[in-house]
Amino acid sequence: MTHHLRELCRGIEPPSQRDSGAKRAEVALPGSAVALLPDGHSRIQSALNPAGVEAAGIENLFWWMVAGTTVVWLGVMALTWHSVRTHPESFNRRREAFIIVGCGAILPTVVLSILLVFGLSALPGLVAPAPSGSLKVVVSGEMWWWRVRYEPAEGQPIILANEIHLPVGEPVQFLLESDNVIHSFWIPSLAGKMDLIPGRTTRLAVTPTKTGLFRGVCAEYCGTSHALMKFDVVVEEKEEFNRWLAHQATPAAPPDNPLAQRGEKQFLANGCGACHTVRGTNAAGVVGPDLTHLGSRLSIAAASWPNDSAHLRRWIADSDKIKPGAYMPKFDMLRSDDVNAMAVYLKGLK
Amino acid sequence: MSEHREAHEAGKRDAQPLAEAPPKEVQRAQEERLLKIWETPGGWRYWSSVNNSDIGVWYTATAFVFFLFAGVLALLMRIQLAVPDNDFLSAEVYNQAFTVHGSVMMFLFAIPIFEAIAVLLLPQMLGARDLPFPRLSAFGFWCYLLGGIFLCGAIFFDAAPRGGWFMYPPLTSKYQTDIGADIWLLGFSFIEVAAIAAAVEMIVGTLKCRPPGMRINLIPLYAWYVLVAASMMLFAFPPLITGSMLLEIERAFGWPFFDPAGGGDPLLWQHLFWLFGHPEVYVVFLPSVALIAMIVPTFSRTPIVGYGWVVLSAVGTGFLSFGLWVHHMFTTGLPGISLGLFSAASQAVAIPTGVQIFCFIATLAAGRVVRSVPMLFALGSLMIFVLGGLTGVMVALVPFDFQAHDSFFIVGHLHYVMIGGVIFPMLAGLYYFYPLFDGKKLSDRLGKIAFWLTFIGFNITFMPMHLAGLRGMPRRVFTYPADAGLNTLNLISTVGAFILAAGIAVVVWDVIRLKQKQPYSEMNPWGAGTLEWLQEMPGKPWGMRSIPEIDSCYPLWDQPNLQRDVDEGRFYLPDAEEGLRETLVTSVIDAVPQQCARLPGSSFIPMIAAFSLGGFFILGTYHWWWPAVSSLLLAVAVFCYWLWTGTARTPEKDEKYVGLGLTLPIYVSGPASISWWSVFITMLADLTAFISLVFGYFFFWTIHDDFPPQPSPGPGVFWPTLGGGMLLAAWALTVFARRWNRSGNSAAFYTGLLTSIVLAAAGSAALVAGPWLTGLDPKSHVYPATVWVLVLWTVCHVAVGIIMQLYCLARKLAGQMTARRDVEIVNVTLYWHFTALTAGITVAVIAGFPLVD
Repeated sequence: MTHHLRELCRGIEPPSQRDSGAKRAEVALPGSAVALLPDGHSRIQSALNPAGVEAAGIENLFWWMVAGTTVVWLGVMALTWHSVRTHPESFNRRREAFIIVGCGAILPTVVLSILLVFGLSALPGLVAPAPSGSLKVVVSGEMWWWRVRYEPAEGQPIILANEIHLPVGEPVQFLLESDNVIHSFWIPSLAGKMDLIPGRTTRLAVTPTKTGLFRGVCAEYCGTSHALMKFDVVVEEKEEFNRWLAHQATPAAPPDNPLAQRGEKQFLANGCGACHTVRGTNAAGVVGPDLTHLGSRLSIAAASWPNDSAHLRRWIADSDKIKPGAYMPKFDMLRSDDVNAMAVYLKGLK
Repeated sequence: MSEHREAHEAGKRDAQPLAEAPPKEVQRAQEERLLKIWETPGGWRYWSSVNNSDIGVWYTATAFVFFLFAGVLALLMRIQLAVPDNDFLSAEVYNQAFTVHGSVMMFLFAIPIFEAIAVLLLPQMLGARDLPFPRLSAFGFWCYLLGGIFLCGAIFFDAAPRGGWFMYPPLTSKYQTDIGADIWLLGFSFIEVAAIAAAVEMIVGTLKCRPPGMRINLIPLYAWYVLVAASMMLFAFPPLITGSMLLEIERAFGWPFFDPAGGGDPLLWQHLFWLFGHPEVYVVFLPSVALIAMIVPTFSRTPIVGYGWVVLSAVGTGFLSFGLWVHHMFTTGLPGISLGLFSAASQAVAIPTGVQIFCFIATLAAGRVVRSVPMLFALGSLMIFVLGGLTGVMVALVPFDFQAHDSFFIVGHLHYVMIGGVIFPMLAGLYYFYPLFDGKKLSDRLGKIAFWLTFIGFNITFMPMHLAGLRGMPRRVFTYPADAGLNTLNLISTVGAFILAAGIAVVVWDVIRLKQKQPYSEMNPWGAGTLEWLQEMPGKPWGMRSIPEIDSCYPLWDQPNLQRDVDEGRFYLPDAEEGLRETLVTSVIDAVPQQCARLPGSSFIPMIAAFSLGGFFILGTYHWWWPAVSSLLLAVAVFCYWLWTGTARTPEKDEKYVGLGLTLPIYVSGPASISWWSVFITMLADLTAFISLVFGYFFFWTIHDDFPPQPSPGPGVFWPTLGGGMLLAAWALTVFARRWNRSGNSAAFYTGLLTSIVLAAAGSAALVAGPWLTGLDPKSHVYPATVWVLVLWTVCHVAVGIIMQLYCLARKLAGQMTARRDVEIVNVTLYWHFTALTAGITVAVIAGFPLVD
């Protein structure tokens, strides 16, 4: 498991001093042995564990509102309790006016006005686009995974899937699209959500402030496997990010061992390339996720499963079982050693 | 309180001197005659009953069964979510389960139970014998039952809708091509039409069937709330019906209203849906608060404090609720200014809601509170609902909603609002009003057990969901990963759900347990002040022994000897001399008696009409067009038969003595008649549906740079203008025909109406000729599709108008309609006013707007 974790967390900053215990749990990944960890410590996709400017602002607002809500609720309950206990003799028009006009009309008007000013003052910052020149990432919602396209200032766009790396401390502009159904892009630890609507491009600006591993989810019900439409988000230092992106831009390295070479043959022979792209090979399909550097990813099946050979084998042979309704046919007619070879090949696409 | 006192004084001056009680044997003879005519039919004919006290019970029971069904689905979902990565339910089944759970709770429980309770209570509260259109209530019930079974049954065939209860396209248009979405769209449209019928009945009942003296400031709060909620339905449901129609047309015929590839926009559905969906929340919430508004004064032993405040803020809530829908769309990328405005509006609705709650609290303070089970549920409702309202204020704030939206936080919030604001008041109402229907009380002991189980179970279930949502659990997920900090929270929720279910089971047991040995409750067991508690235990089918003159908001408290005087038949309509069902119709504001209305008795016709109309929708779902159309034609024939035999019957005399020195006409037409009001109100709803279509046209205009697309292929100016002109002429002739009929000029009436029919048919043809001859293909782009749908909408209305005109001709020929008895042509003219407006707007939009744009 140690090896597993280290491998998966490659390139991730060590957890900060403040809550290292919690962070250690956070870097754990779906489906692995971390199910044994007490779940209270794991806040990999929590809006209450902010790691971005936007999420931190909203969290702050939330706690203020929780405090206000508690006070108001207790106040109303106390007044009710008092009203139930009190004797009718003590009731008069002044008290009537106090309760109905004072508590019912004036007080809420004042409180809500303050809240509105306080709360909406944060809104322009949340809906404003990132400064020009910011990193631009186009995310397309698919059924049920995420197509990710980095558009660097110079050079070709880089098409990836289901994993987003971001440099810490820099604003990034997400452009959100869908050509199928409506999805919603949500990384709770970094910012609020934004819908992906066919026929439109929506925008979301995010500024991560802490390094670490986070998870994004689809928040808008989008069909059968909506629950399994997730993605990994890695926030890292700028240099590491640049290294990662530069590597992702390169074509896949040819397989270097016989088993992987057999896997590549099988991959191409079984028509996988009709849907998937592995840059540097004949596989250039655009229906499914790009697999050029699949081996380097933290997880498979839109962050639903750990990225290891066992799960890759199961995914190839029985995709529908892992992700109900998935468009990828299951290749259970293949010989298991062929499937194994393909898994080894894919895992080797670092 | 002082306003009641003033009203009280004013009312006293108006009151008629009360008659002496007739001798005992006369009273008994009267009672026998009343009983005979109001008697519930026996044996299998029981199901032909149209009396509100029977329909209301069936309605309530059916709604409750659907509630339990949807509740079981919720339990299955909670089992699935008890542990991470569970496979108790498959993804497909889970998705059907939450879709059906939400849809059934909203459309087959929350709305119908409000109507059911209103059908039961409203006549009693208003001192009426029955609702103004008993057969319409029966029709609504049978539609509801049939549609409900059809919808719920689908899940057993793995064919249920699975688009979520708000059915967002394109998921529900292009990506779910199985029958589930059709079942949802057509099934619920069918039920919504029936629900609008019920709303019409409630509005007319509250406005026109009050007891003499119950002026607008003396209406029981329950009736006020029902009036507000039913009026909201008129304007809230039509956008959804329009949206469903467009989505079904897209699914069946490929007209691209919501498909960006054809210029459509999925956001139009969201606007139309939430234009319905948000008011809908208040449509179900207000009538439930209404129950609290009746219970709190009773157990505080004092009139409601701030009657005027409650009424005004209920009306205010109703109005505001139509300006909030965008807060369901905060994350669709709308401009910041819209977000801010709708955020403020959403906050603002908390104020009138708060005023109502504080009026109840003030009432508690003004009186000496008596402990009881209904009060327990009412206070529980307050605790839960206030918290739901406060989390509502939180999510109304856009920045926080960016995080909370579509997460389990919303699931928690909406259940606090709906269960706190609807279910708990319903349970309070159940324990409070139960004696009216069974003559016996429910058990105090079981009631308390049920309260604590539901209250504790509820909070255990839904409180953790807020936290789960903020920990990143999206709503509508069939499973969640083990590493996200969600395991414990979900397990707690599941445990809570079963405690809540146990509480509901106790309530069910309390209702269905045999109470043979239990004695009947005393009359007015809670010491309430409103008219429904005049009822004997057990109740009689006639509703009110005699219809009293009212001069207080709490007549049983303020009017001495009211019970005796009502029961001795000293008030209005103490008898049924002619052996007919009768009730009083009064004026809208001051409740001055205007008419002694004859009500129809038991009949199977409403059931047959509902089933044949239902056949159209259900067969249409399977695209069996010919059987569907046959069923529709059958429905039209049944409706005509129903109208011909059951409405506007010629009375044996013009006037009738109703008691207390008052003689009233039996036959009334025009705005004084309840039928005129019902047509008017129905057409308001119809016009709203049409306006929603026009909204669609201009919505597309705003999102497209060129709309109509240039070069514009049609429909041109000539044909639409010609068609519109002929339709307006047809309308004018209908208006004249009404006058000619009244002035006794039969020849002119026949000629005018026949010419009008010809013009209407020709006008429709000309209207169709516009897009037809210019070759507008509705599949190609949303512009032709929108033009076509406007034209077809108008043509369908004209077709119905022609049927109505033919009906008038037939009535006149048969001698049923005369110069003085002209309800038919008066109401048909009213219909034609709206049709002319529809035609005029259609022509202005499709032919006129491209010219000015």
